This record gives sequence, C-alpha cells and structure tokens, in this order.
Amino acid sequence: MKTTIKLALAATAPLAIMMAAPAAAQEEVGACLITKTDINPFFVKMKEGATAKAEELGVKLSTFAGKIDGDHETQVQAIESCIASGAKGILLTASDTKAIVPVVQQARDAGILVIALDTPLEPIDAADATFATDNFKAGELIGQWAAATLGAEAENAKIALLDLAPSAPSVDVLRDQGFLSGFGIDIKDENLIGDEDDARIVGHDVTDGNEEGGRTAMENLLQQDPDINVVYTINEPAAAGAYETLKSFGKTDGVLIVSVDGGCPGVQNVSEGIIGATSQQYPLDMAALGIEAIAKFAESGEKPAPTEGLDFFDTGVTLITDQPVDGVESIGSAEGLDKCWG
Amino acid sequence: MTDTSALPPRRQEFEASLDKSDRAVAAFEGHEKNVIDRLQHVLHANPTMVPFIVLALSIIAFGFIAGANFFSAFNLSLIMQQVSIIGILAAAQSLIILTAGIDLSVGAIMVLMSVVAGNLAVGLGVPAPLAIGIGMVGGAAAGALNGLFVTRFKLPPFIVTLGTWNIFFALTLWLSGAQSIRSQDIDAAAPLLKFFGQSFRIGGAQFTYGSILMVLIFVVLWYMLNRTAWGRHVYAIGDDKEAAELSGIRTNRTLLSVYALAGLVCGLAAWASIGRVGSVSPQSFQEANLQSITAVVIGGISLFGGRGSIMGPLVGALIVGVFNSGLRLAGVDVLWQVFAIGWLTIVAVAIDQWIRKLSS
Repeated sequence: MKTTIKLALAATAPLAIMMAAPAAAQEEVGACLITKTDINPFFVKMKEGATAKAEELGVKLSTFAGKIDGDHETQVQAIESCIASGAKGILLTASDTKAIVPVVQQARDAGILVIALDTPLEPIDAADATFATDNFKAGELIGQWAAATLGAEAENAKIALLDLAPSAPSVDVLRDQGFLSGFGIDIKDENLIGDEDDARIVGHDVTDGNEEGGRTAMENLLQQDPDINVVYTINEPAAAGAYETLKSFGKTDGVLIVSVDGGCPGVQNVSEGIIGATSQQYPLDMAALGIEAIAKFAESGEKPAPTEGLDFFDTGVTLITDQPVDGVESIGSAEGLDKCWG
Repeated sequence: MTDTSALPPRRQEFEASLDKSDRAVAAFEGHEKNVIDRLQHVLHANPTMVPFIVLALSIIAFGFIAGANFFSAFNLSLIMQQVSIIGILAAAQSLIILTAGIDLSVGAIMVLMSVVAGNLAVGLGVPAPLAIGIGMVGGAAAGALNGLFVTRFKLPPFIVTLGTWNIFFALTLWLSGAQSIRSQDIDAAAPLLKFFGQSFRIGGAQFTYGSILMVLIFVVLWYMLNRTAWGRHVYAIGDDKEAAELSGIRTNRTLLSVYALAGLVCGLAAWASIGRVGSVSPQSFQEANLQSITAVVIGGISLFGGRGSIMGPLVGALIVGVFNSGLRLAGVDVLWQVFAIGWLTIVAVAIDQWIRKLSS
C-alpha cells in the first residue's frame, strides 16, 4: 500500500509542480468540488452553492463527479487532478469513504485543505473537516414526529424501513438508527441496521434511493405484513415509490410515510399529504461554507473547527410537516419549499 | 467401435421391447445410456425446457420455504408486475443476443425515452399520445443508431452499445436535470403516460396492464421469430453470419432491423416503466442493462447466438423475480438475494454449455 502511494506521489509530483507554477503566478485560489454523481439534484444544488460562492469570492472552482453513486475510481482521478492543478482546497462527497482515504492523505500532504461534504470519511479525521447534515438527528426528528403523531397507538405501530443499499453506507445507518431511536425503539448497536428485536418492526428492504426501488421494497414488505402503518424511507424518491405501492394496494389511509432530504418534489409531496414529514438538509450551505473555508484557509492558513459536541460541522436540519406536533420543532411545507433544493 | 457389428440384432430386440412402453425414449435408440445422458439428449432436443423446469421447481420450493405469503395468487401476480420492465427489456436484449450480439444500452434507451415522453407531455404540454409516440420512435431510432454502427462501420456490438449506453445516460441527465417528474404531476397533465400501471383483478391475482404487455411482446416476437422468413434469417445470422450471407440473406439489412426493433421495444418499455414506477425517474433502472442480460442468460438463450427460444427470457425474468420474492419472504438478507442470482446466472450458462457439448 505504502509503495503504491509513493509511486503515485512520484508520478504526480512533477505534474503538480508544473501546474502549480502558473496558478501561483496569477495568485488565484483554486478549489475543487468532487461529488458522487451529477445525477442527484442534491449534488446539483451543492454545485450551485459552490459555484455562486466561488464567483463571489474570486475562487477558481473545478468540479468533478463520479458517473454513478459508488464510482470510486473517478473520484480518485479527480483528487489526483486537483493535486496536480495546485488547488488550495478540495470539497469531497466520497463514494467509498474508506478507500478514498490514502489519496485524500496525498492531497493533505501536498498542503491542500480537504473538507468532506455531506458524507464523513472513515475515520472522520481523515479529512481536515467535515461539513454535513447530522443524519442521525435527521432520522431522530422524523421518528419523534411519527411517534408523537400516533400517540398511544405508537405502542402497536407496524414499521417498515426502506433503506438505501445492501452495503449500508454510513448515511443509511445513521438515518435508519436515528429514526428508530426517535420513535422510541431500542436500537442496540447504533452501527448496525437490523439488529433490533422490537416486535413493531416488520422488516427492512433496500431501495437504491429511487422510485422504482421504493415501490418494489414496499411491495415486498407489505407481502410480509399487510398492516404496516409507519413507513420510514431513506429519501423522498423512495418515499414516492412506496406511496405508489400503497395506492395500488389500496392502503394509503392511515399509513404515515416519513423521509429525509428536503428536495423540492419531496417537500411538494409533504404539502400534498403524501409524505407526512421530512427532514430537510441544506447542500447549498454545505458547499458555500466549504468554499468560504477554503478561501479563509488560503488567506490565513486557518482550518475550520467542528460544531461543539460533534466531530463535524453541523450544517443544519429542519423538520418539515404540515401537521406539527408538540415537542418537535418544525416548519410548514410552504416555508420548506422556499428552502428546498433541486 | 469393435462391437458395432454385434449391435443390429440387439438393437432390434431393444426397440421391440420399448415399443410396448415409452415411444419418446425409444427415439434415442441404440446406445446404452444412463439417466444423465438421456437427460442431456432430451434437453438438447428441447433446450427451452430447462428454464421452465427451473421456474416450476423454484416456485414449488419457495412455496415450502416461504409459505403461504409466497404461494398466494396475489404474490405470484405481484412477481409478474415486479419483473415486467426487466422482462420487456430482456425481450429486446434477446433479439440482439440471438444475432450473436449484445446490447448494453437497452436500459439507457428506456430511461432516456421515458424522460423524453415525460418532458414533452408534462413539461411542454404536448398531447400525451404524441409524446408517447415520439418516445417509441425515438427508441427505434436509438436502436437503429446502434445497428448502424454495427453494420455500416463493422464495430463490435459490445463496444458500440457500451458507448451509446454512456451517451444515452448523459442525455438523460441533461434532459431531466436529474429530476424526477412527480406522479401527481403526471396524473394532472398526462395520465395516459401511466396507462400500463393500471390493473385488474382475477380472483386474488392483480395484473397490471404492464405485465400483460410483457407477455404480449414475447408472444408477438415468438411469432415473428418462428413463423416468418425474417425470424429464420435472424437465427441464421446468429448461427453463422457468413453462411447466412452466402445463402442469400441480406445480413446487414436484417441486423439493422433487429437493432431498430429492439429499440422500439425499449421505447415500449419506457412507457410501461412510467406506469410501473409511477413517476418519470431518471435515477431508476440504473442496472437494467445487466439485469436484462441476466434474464436472457437464465432463460437459456446462448450468448454465442442463433440458439434458444424467445420464450426463455420471459421465464428467465420470472425466475429472477421468484428468487427475489421467495428469498425476501423467507427473511433472507438482500445481499444473499444478489448472491443467489449470481450463482443462478453461472449455473444457467454452465447448463447451456453442457447441453451444447452434444452438438460439437
């Protein structure tokens, strides 16, 4: 492993020198934004936030994206290009949070500030800083909302969990476990999906975070138990798919769907009563704050600090629902639509 | 070899005794055979039987393992709904594979055309029938583009469709802005887009128009492949393109028509997929290209072309659906479902090779 890193360094170092020279001459601060894909509006919004802020601060921004979620190779190449270009900072949403670490280290060794956006690296201190949604809290909010909405009936709830992928990336685990914990279920190991033994949980299935996956997963779980009345979904496209299934099974009444994201179609679905509540996150802020941090770092060498009590900088999450409950702070869908992304 | 001379009288006797029993077995006259050899013979004569047998066995097996939830009419019809889109794509894929080609772009064509139709009908207010028609013609054009590269520029289908997969994928992102069109917006602007999502019930079973469409497509293609000269040409080209050409088949023209027809089927799949998913979703069906190949392979169509029945992939898609549903209802973790489908694919090809041994 070490030799490969050295080799890679040896290969890129001359390039870095060649490329860095003219960049330094112009005294322009370079920054790179590397996202998982260009497919997800979440990352599109991130790019928007970064681009706007970079223009404002006179930062030269290059953007890269993997072809699909999980496309690790392209991200590695992107980081190598950034090192070679002499950029001052990299904003990264990693597809493979562990495998990316060695190449991130190369970048840091080259004096580049690396900020993980949205998705923490493993270990989290492999990056200089992490700007992210508190995904556990995002899950917790919708869990609390669902439990409070059901009231005493929460004791007899039948819960379906529509997760992301078999590989269970950290965002998947955090939201799922946050939801269950917010609902008042003993989650046992908080790093594991599916180790709970609460009888109210009907089952888990995966959705790939899209409508088709949400539909199929909901069909499968309803086949296991037709009386499901609480549906947790990893994101709003999966929630839309789950709703289609409930509609085709004639079971939309009395079933709560909760989700996480705060994308515009999702918030629209909250206002139409399809999704009961969703936790909104703010990708635009993540990227804009990231660019600010890079500009500051280039000027003074100061690195951003994490939010107190957390090991990352919390960019905020807000519960959006048109049926607010006591004890859980929330905003209405109209306000949510103003802040939605995509 | 030495005792061939001794065979004739013995053979007479053998046949005579078999005359009284099973004629079908007597057809494999002559050689002493064990059960496995006979099975190989039977399957060689009827290769399409393999997927049907596997489907029947797996339904029975999961009926025991996963219980009544699995074996209900409703669940079995639900499996049909779940595989309908991959099934239709597998029909398109089969056409290409029968010509000894492969098409990595079927899923990408479908998603692109669903976005085209959705954008036109919901975004721009084009009448729904026209939007759907454009989607289907677009699908045929996209397929023909693949065919053009394969026939005119003599490029390998794998490379061509690997390229167009990326091209169509990029166009999808560009056209959709990576955004889904919501189900409710489709209902308001162009409910016809969701036509194939409608369903009817027979007893406990619930059939969507989409699952009926899948079966219809296979029946029509079966007729075209087995009852028309065009269909025989397709098989001939897949078996040996040069021989087909020498015997007077206009191979390039036929190939081009195969690719265009496959594209048209993808266009139909696009329409059906909107009904299935409920929304126009550029993020769905990312793996449909490969899943369609899996269904074709499990359905017993040879990747070397020219061999296998078009009905096989329909059964292949159903087998995948039965495995997923059965394992799911038996409480098996998702990752083991993926594991099982992987083995199923390899075993299917191994059986195919084993059956082929006889002919070589």
